[in-house]
Amino acid sequence: MQTAASEGNAPWRFDLFVLPVILGLGAFAGILEAARSPDPAMQAQGWTFALCMMATGAWYLWTYAGRTPRDELTPYANDVVRAGVIASMFWAVAGMAVGLILALQLSFPHWFYFAGEAWTNFGRLRPLHTSAVIFAFGGNVLIATSFYVVQRTSRARLWGGSLPWFVFWGYNTFIVLAGTGYLLGITQSKEYAEPEWYADLWLTVVWVCYLLTFLGTIIKRKESHIYVANWFYLSFIVTIAMLHIVNNLSWPVSLLQSQSYSLFSGVQSALTQWWYGHNAVGFFLTAGFLGIMYYFIPKRAERPIYSYRLSIIHFWSLIFIYIWAGPHHLLYTALPEWAQTLGMTFSIILWMPSWGGMINGLMTLSGAWDKLRTDPVLRMLVVSVAFYGMSTFEGPVMSVKTVNALSHYTNWTIGHVHSGALGWVAYVSFGAIYCLVPWLWGKKKLYSNALVEWHFWISTLGIVLYITSMWVAGIMQGLMWRAYNEFGFLEYSFAEAVQAMHPYYIIRAAGGGLFLAGVLIMVFNLWKTVRQDAPAQAAALVPEAAE
Amino acid sequence: MERWAYEEVLAFTRSWDAVYFTAMFAVALVYAYWPKNKAKFDQAARIPLEDEGQ
Repeated sequence: MQTAASEGNAPWRFDLFVLPVILGLGAFAGILEAARSPDPAMQAQGWTFALCMMATGAWYLWTYAGRTPRDELTPYANDVVRAGVIASMFWAVAGMAVGLILALQLSFPHWFYFAGEAWTNFGRLRPLHTSAVIFAFGGNVLIATSFYVVQRTSRARLWGGSLPWFVFWGYNTFIVLAGTGYLLGITQSKEYAEPEWYADLWLTVVWVCYLLTFLGTIIKRKESHIYVANWFYLSFIVTIAMLHIVNNLSWPVSLLQSQSYSLFSGVQSALTQWWYGHNAVGFFLTAGFLGIMYYFIPKRAERPIYSYRLSIIHFWSLIFIYIWAGPHHLLYTALPEWAQTLGMTFSIILWMPSWGGMINGLMTLSGAWDKLRTDPVLRMLVVSVAFYGMSTFEGPVMSVKTVNALSHYTNWTIGHVHSGALGWVAYVSFGAIYCLVPWLWGKKKLYSNALVEWHFWISTLGIVLYITSMWVAGIMQGLMWRAYNEFGFLEYSFAEAVQAMHPYYIIRAAGGGLFLAGVLIMVFNLWKTVRQDAPAQAAALVPEAAE
Repeated sequence: MERWAYEEVLAFTRSWDAVYFTAMFAVALVYAYWPKNKAKFDQAARIPLEDEGQ
């Protein structure tokens, strides 16, 4: 295997020059905002950003000053993946706890809401929840697993020296900046794209570094073929860059103010937003996590993917079709009729790659189905693929205009999103992390398989409670809104539909609570796994010694 | 060049994008099922299993 920078006379490192300079400029810009902005919220954002930059700078000094860190002497970079796993679990607990608070606020409006404290308002906590679970938890999982997978399948160390670490710290800085911004009331009011212009600019810098790290590793690979998981990861990175930049084209009111104005207006703005929003689902929450599926399921089941040919067709059809489905978020709006029909049609066509991918993942188990009985981690991975199939079946159904007339703006949508987010995204992530922790920390196995069983069953019960209650609530809501009496008046006032939701909101909160409990069990299990004295302990220090 | 009206662009994309999509899908199918590629793909499918370095 290739060797890292040799000790002694270390060569001049480009990354150790450029990246600290970026950190320094970032800290300077943050302090400037803090000192000069007339807006207290923007001052707080400036301080937050400057502190994150200085903390990362301090980390650089501590890690690199006068030495080559031990992790750079191994064939693969593992520490940055370990850090990503820890960050993922931290954000999972934080984001899902906020989700539970929101579910309880919807059930009992006065809980966790303090009139004097604007940040406890539902409107500020809601984007905190969505961003924390999607971008903080999901994003850290994607970055960590992509770094792990691309090295093993390319048989090459991550490119760029400390660049992957810059991606890790920079991305989490973006998360902190965005999350604290929401609590202060800063938002550009675009769903899943709430962060304002300065946070968007910073994410662009980080994302370019992520792309460079990933591409650089693929370019210097020692494996002639680029494994399919890397195609999915790469499409996720490239497409998110495109979506992020276009949807956030805006002009700040002033460089010292948090607000900005979008370059788009009216229906164009709406379509751009949902082109972004739906493809965030398609390329962040689907393509990226399919990268996880295509590596971790074969690895865990110890058999190759069912059909590599199908995986190629899965990839290209997903890429070509997903990008057109966004208009289904804007049915019965000012969007031209043909664009609405286009969005609906492409959503229906999406059944093809979705089910192709699901079959490919599930059939990998053929001949080894008995492993599902004994290995709860593999079961979690496989159930995640089943949920992928189920929620990507439900989505196109909901995008049919006549169905959407009933389902749109109701809790059915919330249920649909969560069957994908909890059943697919979170489960495939949990499965991957349960695999990764013993591998990365050099342990033979997890601390307790029984605890994984508990996690699996508690959270599956939670998902079932969540999505069934939201189906009933959503359909009831839709029917109540469209009910007319014999004189042609609306049968129910809006408040009556709100009141009818109450029991279902309580069931949903119970489901969310169970899911969060499962994650806490997982954190405990992983903590004990890392801390346990396994026979494999000696190998943990230099896991690649065998290479 | 003469500017195209909205309707003209629409008519063009409506018909030709269907052809373009079908062609791209056909290219992917042919690539995936080309007999000579089979050995390469079978080998590629084993990449995750052959790596021992953790």
